[in-house]
Amino acid sequence: MNDKRKQLIVSAIQNGTVIDHIPAKSVFQVVRILGLDNTEKQVYFGVNLESKKYGTKGIIKISDHWFASEEINKIALVAPSATLIEIRDYEVTSKSSVQIPEHIEGIVKCFNPNCITNKEDVSTRFTVIRDEHDELKLACHYCEKNTSRDNLMFI
Amino acid sequence: MKNKSLVSISDYSREEILRILELAAEFEQQPRQDLLKGKVVASLFFEPSTRTRLSFESAIQQLGGSVIGFASADTSSVRKGESLKDTILTVSNYSDLIVMRHPVDGSARYASEVSPVPIVNAGDGANQHPTQCLLDLYSIKKTQGRLEGLDVAFVGDLKYGRTVHSLVIALTQFNARFHLVSPPELKLPSAVKRYIKEAKLEYYQYTDLNEVIPNCDILYMTRIQRERFPDPLDYEKVKNSYNLNNQMLANSRPNLKVLHPLPRVNEINVDVDSNPKAYYFEQALNGVYVRQAIVASILGLK
Repeated sequence: MNDKRKQLIVSAIQNGTVIDHIPAKSVFQVVRILGLDNTEKQVYFGVNLESKKYGTKGIIKISDHWFASEEINKIALVAPSATLIEIRDYEVTSKSSVQIPEHIEGIVKCFNPNCITNKEDVSTRFTVIRDEHDELKLACHYCEKNTSRDNLMFI
Repeated sequence: MKNKSLVSISDYSREEILRILELAAEFEQQPRQDLLKGKVVASLFFEPSTRTRLSFESAIQQLGGSVIGFASADTSSVRKGESLKDTILTVSNYSDLIVMRHPVDGSARYASEVSPVPIVNAGDGANQHPTQCLLDLYSIKKTQGRLEGLDVAFVGDLKYGRTVHSLVIALTQFNARFHLVSPPELKLPSAVKRYIKEAKLEYYQYTDLNEVIPNCDILYMTRIQRERFPDPLDYEKVKNSYNLNNQMLANSRPNLKVLHPLPRVNEINVDVDSNPKAYYFEQALNGVYVRQAIVASILGLK
């Protein structure tokens, strides 16, 4: 696919951030985690786009907004492969990948229904770990159970 | 350890564990002292208990401290819908330390974060039971003369048993070899097995109890807990999986001791009780000394 076609699918932005290589099924989760469903900024997104690397992918472009790394790293749980491209005056000024944070607070629910965070007004806290199959898991600071990616529910 | 809450066994380092066990041995020599005179300990049991609550209260009173609290959520303001946070903040005004058992997983960690006085977790749901773990370690050390490098077999409900989880985690600090005996449905959860793997220790899994008996120093029996099964039919399938009787101990090592956190149902036949290798009732007595050590150390009196 050439650059011209790409621009036809999701239009270019003058200033802002492009989040590329999002797994196609995770685009709406990323939108929610970053609060883009409640923003005043212009947001474009595409899902099920062709990707040489991943087969299909999603992409999100936000005009006039740049993310702090703590903020953007929250999406690592659902889009660890995402690339972050910052654009100023149509030029790419920086390109980086999402880093998986060590700790996550308040974004995700603990999957254990008997956890204190699901019983009282207590905000969730997790440490990000990898199991023996290199799968990402969230170890709950309170009930000490591990929430796997299949059980992820966002608050 | 002064003023530090005890929520999970992993809060204590190897040295801190050994320090508690040393102190417990001192209290075993002299369990009645005036050490806690003038101190008030709150004992909040939101969930029923026999051994843990009574051994804590006995431990405190033998040291001259006083105990306030409740033995069931029904007799507290919890029934009026009071939050855990409000209960803890209120009780902390009246006490120097809070011992708490609560049915919700993670409640003890949360209480320790909101409380201005230290919290001792006496069991939080299916999560942790660190004081039981310390008394298990004390019992192991006392009967074996050491904690290092033992063959420890865990039998029964390794999936839901919070005492199993705490003790396995603690023993990874002491180079144990783990023999895990359970029905396939009740295997040790991977979150706990992870500790064994990270410590690069050996573990073996069995379904047959007889296979493990000749090869271990400690046989840690557990009850298959009906109340933890989401489906009663699943409980029926596994409830009689293990039944240890005296004859089965014939080929066991001479130093073997049988431990059980109690209460037991039918997993240990009563004919084992008179065998000198049965240690579960002494184990329950050790709970008093270990809890004296924990309270005295957190209050900075030892």
